[in-house]
Amino acid sequence: MTATPQPAARLQWLFGAIALPRGWRIGAGPIIAAIVLFVIVLAALAAPLFVPHDPMAMDALQRLKGPSETYLLGTDAYGRDVLSRVVTGGRVSLFIGIGAAVVSVMIGLMIGLVSGFFRLADAIIMRIMDSLMAIPSILLAIALVALNGPSIWSVMGAITIPEIPRVVRLVRSVVLSAREEPYVEAALALGSSMPKILWQHLMPNTLAPLIVQGTYICASAILTEAILSFLGAGVSTEIPTWGNIMAEGRVYFQLKPSLIFWPGLMLSLCILSINLLGDTARDLLDPRLKKREG
Amino acid sequence: MLGYIIRRILAVIPVMVIVAVFVFLLLRLTPGDPAAIIAGDMATPAQLERIRTSLGLSDPLHVQFVTWVGLLLKGELGTSLISNTPVTQMIGQRIWPTFNIAVMTIILSVVIAVPMGVIAAWRHRTWVDYAVMAFSVLGFSIPVFVIGYLFIQVFSIELRWLPVQGYAAPTDGFGKFLARAILPCLTLATIYVALIARMTRASMLEVLGEDYIRTARAKGVKETVVLFRHALRNAAVPIMTIIGTGFALLIGGVVVTESVFNIPGVGRLTVDAILARDYPVIQGMILLTSGLYVFINLVIDLSYTFFDPRIRY
Amino acid sequence: MQFKTRTFDAAPTVLDIKNLTVELPGNKTAAPVLDAVSLRIRQGETVCLVGESGSGKSVTSLSVMGLLPKGALAATGGRIELEGKNLLELGPQAMRDMRAQKISMIFQEPMTALNPVMRVGDQIEEVLDTHTRLAAREKRARVLDIMNQVHLPDVERIHRSYPHQLSGGQRQRIMIAMALILEPLLLIADEPTTALDVTTQKQILSLIAELQEKHGTAVLFITHDMGVVAEIADTVHVMKLGQIVEQAPVEELLRRPRQDYTKQLLQSVPSLTPRAPRPQPQGEAVLSVNGLQKIYGAHGVFVRREPTRAASDVNFSIPRGRTLGIVGESGSGKSTVARCIMRLIDPTEGEIRVGDREIATLSRRALRPYRKHIQIVFQDPFRSLNPRWTIGQSLIEGPLNIGTDKKAALKRAAELLTLVGLPDDAVNRYPHQFSGGQRQRVAIARAIAMEPDVLVADEAVSALDVSVQAQVLQLLDELQQKLGIAILFITHDLRVAAQICDEVVVMQHGHIVEHDTAANVLANPQHTYTRALIEAAPGRAWDFANFRELQTA
Repeated sequence: MTATPQPAARLQWLFGAIALPRGWRIGAGPIIAAIVLFVIVLAALAAPLFVPHDPMAMDALQRLKGPSETYLLGTDAYGRDVLSRVVTGGRVSLFIGIGAAVVSVMIGLMIGLVSGFFRLADAIIMRIMDSLMAIPSILLAIALVALNGPSIWSVMGAITIPEIPRVVRLVRSVVLSAREEPYVEAALALGSSMPKILWQHLMPNTLAPLIVQGTYICASAILTEAILSFLGAGVSTEIPTWGNIMAEGRVYFQLKPSLIFWPGLMLSLCILSINLLGDTARDLLDPRLKKREG
Repeated sequence: MLGYIIRRILAVIPVMVIVAVFVFLLLRLTPGDPAAIIAGDMATPAQLERIRTSLGLSDPLHVQFVTWVGLLLKGELGTSLISNTPVTQMIGQRIWPTFNIAVMTIILSVVIAVPMGVIAAWRHRTWVDYAVMAFSVLGFSIPVFVIGYLFIQVFSIELRWLPVQGYAAPTDGFGKFLARAILPCLTLATIYVALIARMTRASMLEVLGEDYIRTARAKGVKETVVLFRHALRNAAVPIMTIIGTGFALLIGGVVVTESVFNIPGVGRLTVDAILARDYPVIQGMILLTSGLYVFINLVIDLSYTFFDPRIRY
Repeated sequence: MQFKTRTFDAAPTVLDIKNLTVELPGNKTAAPVLDAVSLRIRQGETVCLVGESGSGKSVTSLSVMGLLPKGALAATGGRIELEGKNLLELGPQAMRDMRAQKISMIFQEPMTALNPVMRVGDQIEEVLDTHTRLAAREKRARVLDIMNQVHLPDVERIHRSYPHQLSGGQRQRIMIAMALILEPLLLIADEPTTALDVTTQKQILSLIAELQEKHGTAVLFITHDMGVVAEIADTVHVMKLGQIVEQAPVEELLRRPRQDYTKQLLQSVPSLTPRAPRPQPQGEAVLSVNGLQKIYGAHGVFVRREPTRAASDVNFSIPRGRTLGIVGESGSGKSTVARCIMRLIDPTEGEIRVGDREIATLSRRALRPYRKHIQIVFQDPFRSLNPRWTIGQSLIEGPLNIGTDKKAALKRAAELLTLVGLPDDAVNRYPHQFSGGQRQRVAIARAIAMEPDVLVADEAVSALDVSVQAQVLQLLDELQQKLGIAILFITHDLRVAAQICDEVVVMQHGHIVEHDTAANVLANPQHTYTRALIEAAPGRAWDFANFRELQTA
């Protein structure tokens, strides 16, 4: 067998060209993703400083206008500037995404650690988690928002709760496999207490997969927010979020598809970037891919 | 083997009980008066009272629970606050379009996604692999309604190949059904395909590194046989699992897709219920879909015994 | 010692490897994995390729099969000729036709080498499906025939069994059946008995020899075990770092090794002669075990499983400064005993005394202060240290638990590293920066840091190469002399036990079948099982370290 030139050589620059310390290699894809994400986040944060119009200001004379010099991306059905709304819309969407990721990872980590180490608690916790997983998250979110009103907090809570079981399962499985490791048994033999072993030996094993899981949750939370708004069960309609802008745009979809296109593009780019970064992190952190150095 | 099957079936019971308790408490433990929340700000005292009796909110909690579960076991999910018809009846009328589209989507997704994942794993780190990975990341990243509108824009409005929206039952003619169902199915399938293809690839990559794959190659077996006879069956369990858990995603997708394509299924029913604050319908849908989810995952759990002879604890 | 003395001058050459070079394709600067390896095997000959881990033995065999991992390794020079045809020039289809028909291979791990979801009969039959066109009945007949030839019992039943229903030895027989059903010219056996118990190993080795005799197959046998080499080889090639350093007929190589590396390899092979008896110690036992029993229960509502007695009625004691070995095959209960004594699992019954303290029934919390008296070293050096912790952190974990001040503990850690023969600046480095043998030294240092009375070594040298094994054994011995620790040494390897133990306990099916001084157990075994174990030890009549027959005293 001789080495044949890989047909992938042309795509190498995109996926595996750049070597990092410790033998890590990442492609241009994740780097572009990081830049895109950085720009989106920065733009959303700084939106009030530079957007050309007040994203909430209506103007009955300027309804559904096409792109112009004053309105670069045109206006919506209430005569509001689409560009300003799309950029500002990222604020709430990103806040919900990151918030849901952080909160569900924290809560899931705590429950998962307990579940992974205390057999008695485990049976009960896992039954509850199985049940939570059985309830489709969109429907659960719809019910929660229907009952608690359309505030940012209830939307965030509604998105966070269904994610917790997945985090718990992940943490638990990592803990269960790590506690069989000889170094954990050695710690036990050295007289370390259970909480100490849990925190010092087992918990660090969960961090890498949790970072990866966190990025996926963040992406899926932003998507769910958009879907909830689209279905009329999201954040109250006055607040611009990517989902709300698209939900309002759907009525005029055949007349003016750009009302869905621009926020959809921003949202997709953002989620795509987060997912790509998540994939990269997973590839880099996956211990199975690391060689055992002798 | 029999022990495994019985234990799996029995394990469903606590899960369903907890789901029921959870759904029951969802409304009752909401801060404030649930009736007032459901009725909205403009409600008259008479309306509030009607909602309270309809939902049985006046009794003590444990009495409410017993009554509620009693009705549930008789198959009664309550009555709609708007139309006053039983929720089971409303769902029964709307279930078929959803069922047809969901089944078609699942079949379509598995048929597309599994070979995609297998080939990606086999051609690991080649352009085929990267293309599959790129597709699956994209599939995760675009909201399902954006895909729906994109398809309508391209295939119905620009190319005029397919009707824009609407639904026809297969009994009205299969061609007619297909013409209207294909876009919703593709829309729904995008994320599902992404999910399954990704899991297939990951699972296959792991299996392809196993010793018995080397053994098969050492026997001189053809690569296609190695992939589909030896590897895929060993990789099947995680793939089946993701098909099952992905069902929850599918349900969310159905609600959105039916609304985009104007299909009179249970998804639309749910959206209408949200807008009308018809809580019993939402609650009924949650119970129904959770039950379905649990049932499907039970079937999948049982199917493991077919894929893997080692499962018989 | 009876060596093979067949000559193959007249036999036709089956496989001729000429200057084979294998490299990492992405990395031009790295040293080649195989550097101009040449090797010739004639019809009916058994060639042993022997070397330590990383020497390139397996890469050689995979190159012949054309199964080098794609993209990771590639043959870049030389020829592999099978009956004069260069295998390196064959296309994928032609190479596939070669496999099983001309060259076959069996692997080290019979547990993972068979497809777990396919019936083993079908897996053998697949070879026929791939390379022949036979009627279904004829195929079945041939499969059953080869299964009989590899001496599987009850072939009809095994034919429809799944791999997990068979023992390791049976699985390896299935592998051999699969490899030989088409009567290939060459059989490559890559450490085929390493994962098996010695008694099973003996059977598999004689099976390979029998079938080789019958079919005239040439065998390329890869192993790290000089004992196995002495038993089966006609010709031996010694490999080191991708090169063949020496090759000779087996007796020649074992009697008169020319290269230093070969000599060193042979000298590290532990002898089956027990160590010189040491004077009976004074004082009381530091560890005594009475009536220890561990039963794994059959819990669960729908699971009907017989409770397994992993260990029953185990009694022994160890005085200060002495080493007691527990020897047994897999499933004998030796590790269960070790884990019970460490209270990593809870014994079902019995007494464990450390000093005069009974610890078998203490609660986990109440036990913690007594943990310091008894420490353990595990088998796998790659998993017994937390990869995220520096060596220093690992070494002070125990002392901090018993209230040692951190500064003192760190100072002590550096001293301990010197004591186990590592540089004291290792405290700030991570486990992945060390070799397996060095990590095992760290694990020993970690245990010693607690100043225990008893050290349990659970297969502590089994994962190491022989030369490293010898060093670690010596380290344990030195530490014992300096610190007066009692050692409980769990091993499957009689040779290792002979080197280090004063007393030996032989276990089978959870019971102690023999308990005596090492000298008596090895020279004058009473129990049939002990005798079987000793007889199964390959190369037992040869004194490898002195290049001669074992001198019976």
